Amino acid sequence: MSEARAPLVEIRRLAKAYRRGGQAVPVLSDINLEIAEGDFLALMGPSGSGKSTLLNLIAGIDKPDAGELRVAGEDITRLSEAELADWRAANVGFIFQFYNLMPVLTAFENVELPLMLTRLARRERRERVDMMLSLVGLAERASHYPSELSGGQKQRVAIARAIVGDPRLIVADEPTGDLDRVSAAEILHLLQRLNRELGKTVIMVTHDANAASAARAVIHLEKGELVAEP
Amino acid sequence: MTAHVLKLIVKNALRHKLRTALTAAGIVVAILSFGLLQTVIGAWYAGANAASDARLVTRNAISLAFPMPLSYASRIRAVDGVAAVTHANWFGGVYQDPKNFFVQFAVDARTYLDLFPEFRLSEAERTAFVRDRKGAIVGRKLANQYGFKVGDSIPLRGTIFPGQWEFVVRGIYDGGKPTTDTSQMLFQWDYLNESMLKTFPRRANQVGFYVVRIENPDDAAAVSRAIDEQFKNSIAETVTETEKAFQLGFVSMSEAIVVAIRVVSFVVIVIILAVMANTMAMSARERLAEYATLKALGFGPAFLATLILGESVAICAAGAAAGIALTFPVAAAFSAKMGTLFPVFHVEASTLVMQAVAALVVGLAAAVVPSLRSARISIVNGLRHAG
Amino acid sequence: MASGIPVYYVARNLWTRRLTTGLTAGGMALVVFVFAVVLMLDEGLKRTLVTTGEYDNVVVTRRASETEIQSLIQREQVPIVETHPAVALDRDGTALVSRELVVLISLNKRNSEKPSNIAIRGVSPRALELRPQVKIVEGRMFEAGKSEIIAGSGITRRFSGAGVGERLRFGQRDWTVVGLFDAGNSGFDSEIWGDVEQLAQAFRRTTYSAVIVRLADTRRFDQLKRDIESDPRLTLEAKREQVYYADQSKALSTFISILGLTLSIIFSVGAMIGAMITMYASVANRVAEIGTLRALGFRRRAILAAFLMESMLLGLVGGGVGLFFASFMQLVTFSTMNFQSFAELAFGFTLNGAIVAKSVAFAAIMGLVGGVLPAARAARMKIVDSLRAA
Repeated sequence: MSEARAPLVEIRRLAKAYRRGGQAVPVLSDINLEIAEGDFLALMGPSGSGKSTLLNLIAGIDKPDAGELRVAGEDITRLSEAELADWRAANVGFIFQFYNLMPVLTAFENVELPLMLTRLARRERRERVDMMLSLVGLAERASHYPSELSGGQKQRVAIARAIVGDPRLIVADEPTGDLDRVSAAEILHLLQRLNRELGKTVIMVTHDANAASAARAVIHLEKGELVAEP
Repeated sequence: MTAHVLKLIVKNALRHKLRTALTAAGIVVAILSFGLLQTVIGAWYAGANAASDARLVTRNAISLAFPMPLSYASRIRAVDGVAAVTHANWFGGVYQDPKNFFVQFAVDARTYLDLFPEFRLSEAERTAFVRDRKGAIVGRKLANQYGFKVGDSIPLRGTIFPGQWEFVVRGIYDGGKPTTDTSQMLFQWDYLNESMLKTFPRRANQVGFYVVRIENPDDAAAVSRAIDEQFKNSIAETVTETEKAFQLGFVSMSEAIVVAIRVVSFVVIVIILAVMANTMAMSARERLAEYATLKALGFGPAFLATLILGESVAICAAGAAAGIALTFPVAAAFSAKMGTLFPVFHVEASTLVMQAVAALVVGLAAAVVPSLRSARISIVNGLRHAG
Repeated sequence: MASGIPVYYVARNLWTRRLTTGLTAGGMALVVFVFAVVLMLDEGLKRTLVTTGEYDNVVVTRRASETEIQSLIQREQVPIVETHPAVALDRDGTALVSRELVVLISLNKRNSEKPSNIAIRGVSPRALELRPQVKIVEGRMFEAGKSEIIAGSGITRRFSGAGVGERLRFGQRDWTVVGLFDAGNSGFDSEIWGDVEQLAQAFRRTTYSAVIVRLADTRRFDQLKRDIESDPRLTLEAKREQVYYADQSKALSTFISILGLTLSIIFSVGAMIGAMITMYASVANRVAEIGTLRALGFRRRAILAAFLMESMLLGLVGGGVGLFFASFMQLVTFSTMNFQSFAELAFGFTLNGAIVAKSVAFAAIMGLVGGVLPAARAARMKIVDSLRAA
């Protein structure tokens, strides 16, 4: 059990707009937020509120127009494209609504994929992947392809892939959005375990209040701004 | 209804603009190279195609490399059915460098042009040629390639007839037909013969081949037999055949190359068929849900096949039209570049037809598998793809 | 290669789209087939002519005659060449030379009865010593002073009347084919040989076409050449036999390689367009996957490399198939008229390591070129946009 102490994510005056037909449409404006290490935060809000954009910015797959975004003390807005890629590989694990597994790779190979970016030897990779698959309870499905797995199983493979590189931060975009109630509960439970037992900081976007209740804290976005609990 | 279907076909074709453009570009390349290769084959047969039915060629029975006595001329002229006779020798000289190859014949200046009326020359130039012992005439294409003008002198190094030779251009002939070879050089046989009398008397008064005009083309076989009969069991037995057969004899010796080019010209069609089939297969796969929807609405497999076939043929037609249009300028440029290597390089009407047919076949064949697949797709399965 | 997308990911994507991969690779296979076959034909031609010539033999012909068939050597000139000190002598002290007469005769092919020009070579009795690659494999050598001839293995098969025991008529005589020789796939296989003096009589020739001499010492070639070419009594030139035959086929070889390579390049445009279409579709179908890979930390370069590898692999599959079928062409013999000598020449398709390497490289380059633009599109995509495409 790790207690929240130093902030892992620090956001200052963050702004982002999209250009649509020559006009700038603000998506996020003047966001200030701190997320402590070891937190499990749910980001809620109606569609178009900018919650996914905020998540993408924190995860380093999108760039803000203005403001600072520090993760573990490093301002990631200043990193080059390639540096950012390396940074993501080392620090962020992703979980998507539609799992985003590679259909031509087995569960094992999907989980192994992020390790291709490390210098680990083949034997070490194998051990890590086996460990992760056991952790999500899919050890016996290692050689199955995504098309042979259920939605819940696919998402568990995705979770194993997200943590195999031992990142500090896990970002999840509607991780239960495509799942039935039972599978969704399993996934949420798994995320809680990652947070509690492994000390991972988890940021989850959801519009499902049930899912949000699994988190330790919930923040709301509306029209690109943080708002108090409605 | 038809207009509606056509609109749908065109719209479908334009859905993936890049893919359609690339496929059509591939068709352009294939149809263009197919057309050029057919034209190359045509060029190979140009001599035979331009041959006159009323002309026979008499050569030494051993092979063309062996000459015949000049005295045969009067004996051939005496054969029934013969209207006129002329004689010539292959010269095989080298102009500056062996790679500057062009055909040179030593011809009987007074009679040769009478037998080859398709070599068009002004009366003044013809007279000048006949009067000048060292005179020569060159075809328009040859003149253009090396910049020969009337009054220029052409030096040739003899290979069969040793020594350095000089000829003076006295005229430039044009072709009477597009298939006439205008890349030859003709000079006076008498000049060659006089030189031989001085240097190699044994080789003087020897003729490479006789060209015979007959009164009635239908008698070609009988006249040929009669001529060869004249020289049976002499020191130089002869073979007489129509000019066409004579020319085809040359072609058949390099037949393997012609066959290879012909095969290769169809290979390019198969290559593009693979590309086109791939495009149609990809498009059809992406639209399985739509096809299922159309089926659900009550359209039959024939309608779907029409859509797919129509799109395939439309893309092919667009590419083929551009390819055929490009064949003319590219053939002209190619001909200019190859110079006298291909004396006649003329795009035949039959080539255009073959290009169009090839494109149509590609268009239809490429659509077969996708059409069958769309016909077989069950509505329920297809709609699931919509997901 | 750390930071790389694994090859099996690339390969399996090709396998997943088997129909498309097959059609695209099939197109490329045909291009590589044409490419390889042309190189094989040119190589076959070169090998035939290199084996025709013996390095230490020298062909003496009339200056500027280009080919033996057009050459004339006066009888009185021959002893001057034969007695040159650079010419090898045998144990009895006689010179190793062959006086030769080469003429074209027109023979009919066995299957089509179409006439074709064949080189008939009159040789001296020593000719077989000068050409060790020529071996009598059936029947016997012709006897001097008789109307007997021997036929090359390429001739016997393809021309009427050229089998052992058969007769050919030319020069007002009937000639009996008494032997069949194998010249190790050299140009001599496309010739008929007979006694030079008998043939000269029949063709009423008082001159020879060429004199072939064996050098006593390979280093004395320059001396022999200088002496022969500067002798005012002779208007002759000397070439090493190998060089002579290589020169003989220059025009044909150039024609085959230029025509073949031009066609390969034009055809490859079609195949590359095919690869491009396939690769664009491959990128379009996998936008979300590309976004995911980028999110996981793979750089743009890795995405570019993965798609380039995919299209290169596509080319290599095509190249492999094309080469496989091209290798069967080694069983085929190609015969055509040599533009320079006007005589028919038969040669095979020869596959060697260099041709395999060139064909594989050609296939890989075709794939690469076809894949550049699609791969660049994949690498340029913004992560957020591509993830949204899911």
